Amino acid sequence: MSNGNPAIGSVLVVGGGIAGMQSALDLANSGYYVYLLEKSASIGGVMSQLDKTFPTNDCAM
Amino acid sequence: MEIVQNPRYIDESKCIACGACAEKCPKKVDDPYNMGLSKRKAAYVEYAQAVPLKYAIDPETCIYIKKKKCGACIKICPTGAVDFDQKPEIVTLNVGSVILSPGFAPFNPEKFDNYQYAKLPNVITSLEFERILSASGPTMGHVSRISDHQSPKKIAWFQCVGSRDMNKCDHSYCSSVCCMYAIKEAVVAKEHEGDSLDCAIFFMDMRTHGKDFERFYDSARNKHGIRFIRSRVHTITQVPETDDLEVRYIMENGEIKTEVFNMIVLSIGMETSPEVVSLAQHLGITLTKGNFCETSSFEPVSTSRAGIYVSGSFQGPKDIPQAVIDSSAAASACGEILSTARNTLTKIPVIVSETDIAGERPRIGVFVCRCGINIAGVVDVPSVAEYAKTLPFVEFTSDNLYSCSQDNQDSITQLIKEKNLNRIVVAACTPKTHEPLFQETLISAGLNKYLFEMANIRNHDSWVHKSTPELATQKAKDLVRSAVAKVALTQPLKEAELQVNQTALVIGGGISGMAAASSLARQGYQTHIVEKSAQLGGQALNLYQTAKGERIQEKLSGLIQSVVKNSSIQVHLNTTLSQVDGFVGNFKTTLSSTASSQVIEHGIAVIATGAVPLVPTEYDYGKDPRILTSLELDRKLIDKDASLKSLNAAVFIQCVGSREPDRPYCSRVCCTHSIDNALELKEGNPDMNVYILYRDIRTYGEREYLYKKAREKGVIFIRYAVDNKPQVVMNNGRLVVKVTDHILGRPMELETDLISLATAIVANRDEKLAGFFKVPLNADGFFVERHAKLGPSEFATDGVFLCGMAHYPKPIDESIVQGKAAASRAVTLLARENIHTSGTIAEVMPTVCSNCGVCVSVCPYSAPSFIEETARFNPGKAQINPVLCKGCGLCVASCRSGAIRLKGFDNDQIFAQIYALNEAV
Repeated sequence: MSNGNPAIGSVLVVGGGIAGMQSALDLANSGYYVYLLEKSASIGGVMSQLDKTFPTNDCAM
Repeated sequence: MEIVQNPRYIDESKCIACGACAEKCPKKVDDPYNMGLSKRKAAYVEYAQAVPLKYAIDPETCIYIKKKKCGACIKICPTGAVDFDQKPEIVTLNVGSVILSPGFAPFNPEKFDNYQYAKLPNVITSLEFERILSASGPTMGHVSRISDHQSPKKIAWFQCVGSRDMNKCDHSYCSSVCCMYAIKEAVVAKEHEGDSLDCAIFFMDMRTHGKDFERFYDSARNKHGIRFIRSRVHTITQVPETDDLEVRYIMENGEIKTEVFNMIVLSIGMETSPEVVSLAQHLGITLTKGNFCETSSFEPVSTSRAGIYVSGSFQGPKDIPQAVIDSSAAASACGEILSTARNTLTKIPVIVSETDIAGERPRIGVFVCRCGINIAGVVDVPSVAEYAKTLPFVEFTSDNLYSCSQDNQDSITQLIKEKNLNRIVVAACTPKTHEPLFQETLISAGLNKYLFEMANIRNHDSWVHKSTPELATQKAKDLVRSAVAKVALTQPLKEAELQVNQTALVIGGGISGMAAASSLARQGYQTHIVEKSAQLGGQALNLYQTAKGERIQEKLSGLIQSVVKNSSIQVHLNTTLSQVDGFVGNFKTTLSSTASSQVIEHGIAVIATGAVPLVPTEYDYGKDPRILTSLELDRKLIDKDASLKSLNAAVFIQCVGSREPDRPYCSRVCCTHSIDNALELKEGNPDMNVYILYRDIRTYGEREYLYKKAREKGVIFIRYAVDNKPQVVMNNGRLVVKVTDHILGRPMELETDLISLATAIVANRDEKLAGFFKVPLNADGFFVERHAKLGPSEFATDGVFLCGMAHYPKPIDESIVQGKAAASRAVTLLARENIHTSGTIAEVMPTVCSNCGVCVSVCPYSAPSFIEETARFNPGKAQINPVLCKGCGLCVASCRSGAIRLKGFDNDQIFAQIYALNEAV
């Protein structure tokens, strides 16, 4: 990194909703170790509470 | 970073999610997952599909934790997973960077005393309504109201509850998503309840600015008969002696109406929760005045603190696709600073060498799952396992509480080795979700993962035959017999491995293409940018400033300089693509310019070809120099044209070519753009009369502040109807705009010195490029992404990615963020360096092939082709590229000669399966 210290190959992602999960997946698939932090007992966030989503009317789950 | 890991009071490694603890737990509490509309226990799993599917105990309500009494869960748990000795743990992590994606809190409308949400049971929030619509919700998806469980006949939605309102909630921003979800909820409610259900949406401006949203709005109005009423309802009163609700509202013509509804849904907005605000303060991160994370348009995922990035609704109110785009972009931003440490901390799974089973007689293991009570509550599972023992080649059977639990994977692995099993059947749920898990288990036991078959005795059996358990048990036996018959004939399949070329090609040198290329280069990949014009920059070259007030030209030239100077990026100007061969990981593309052509080999491609402004044919454009498009006005602002200050009046006309039958989409950027320019004119000359003629103002998110500011500064907003558009009249050198005022209902004449037309953004409709990469275009000519919600920056075709206005009209910050997102998605592929093809792919038997070409024409993935006529072997016959084949079987079914087989689904296997079932009939 800019201060000359070697970079650390891990990332902390705070929040396990759709956004945090997507970041975590991209990073893990790109070769970084990811810590995904979620305050509730499972990941998924508000999207897991939605019934269907536009436009496919897929179950949001 | 220090984090606190709170106890779950259940040992995750022991919990098998049997649900016994929740069943025994005596403490009932409101279920937050169902927004408090139903109860759950203090020992709980959030929802059936929760990940991890492990129970937890809520310390706020658990009787044992609160009073040291009860402990029923300890006694009942079959695996001894309950552990009340767990304590919060402080964990210190050393990480290279941090992404904040804490999300939003739904606005609590209790403080709106006029809507009486807390008091009236049939006034509910939109999130509560989502749960009511859901089949897994408190009413099993039956639309019914809270007070009496009756089906409502009339439902109203109130928009902007907790948004665009300074008086009651201090949120002057727009939450961006509520218009669209209210329409969706109304349409789904009507699908559930039939046409007799009356749905009315009360709104201020209808904001359907996303891709294909406007069409959905149109069909909700025209096809589904949903009523849209432009009015903000002041109060709700309960109709005496009933649970119905009366609302009083003023129509646009001033007429006062009262109407009774059975149920009212408050379309609540998003806000940042106080704990996230304090987290941000703790981390020293600057927030906006709406308490969202402050970012710049050119670095839209960077917080004010280096190394900490942001994504999702903490960055600003946004919908799912935008959050998904952000999140990939934030991942890219981390990759840009950490690329030297890639693969230093990841763990590589131990590869177990594969056992050679060639020549062995089948030794089949059958594992029958109880799925808690999901299957065992209906099907007699032990008798199915017993029955399986009698089938040919079956060496071992057992039944398990949860076949998918981790301890059971370990035991399957052990059993495969101990009993020397070489084929496995799991009779449980659906292969769609669980096949990969069991295949992993096979791999860890040294078995080829294709020596596996699932029998779906849950979804196809216990769930649908609840009332006839005996027949269901018989059917489970039939399904197991059929799976055993097939698995006995399976053979190990090979997955070919091929290298991914580590070079990237970005098509389009606009702002999103440059963002993608910069990100790819910073993450260590050689990148080519192909730009058809003579310079980089694209449409941004024509733009004056962003919604956040940043001067675009200065930033843009900086970005162009950094791209040109980057030794990992090669820029090809005045260049187009003339041929594309190959496929994911191994593309060969011919670049042509007037002077020469060259072939580039690359592993991935990013399509960032942008869009163009419509040249208007209405409002007398082109007949008078005072009539400009928005971009032409931007040009004058960029050039600091002094004449702008001397104008007495300016008129902006919105939706020029957008939201019309020919172009039924919203161009997304124009409302903000015109308001921004109106403010700029007002600032240069506060006495200027500035009018904006609009249909709906769509300043979504915190762009709303600009709209508010414009009204405060005296910009006059006049709404017009699409069937009564403004007219431009030129009279002896006077320029006049005639428009019917929406409040007075009277025609007005606005004399003006300048007209700015907010022209639509039009797709390039690049069919040639679409053909090169086998990617689709939509009816409007924009490219179609893999998935509207979950795959917005990539195509269904592997190795091809999408960003910027080629996807849909969008402002600069969103173009940059999607450029970075496309880079992130591409890096997930490039970083693997090798890709494995599936084993389940089609294969041509050339001696049987009759060269007819049906397979070549039917394949949606362009996997089959003809072998060249000059080839030494099998000239003219079909061949299938294993990398492109998705194993769909279309070619197999279409082949008139029977020359194609689908590995893993061979005729003998499928017939064996069918014959085995036939015994049952």
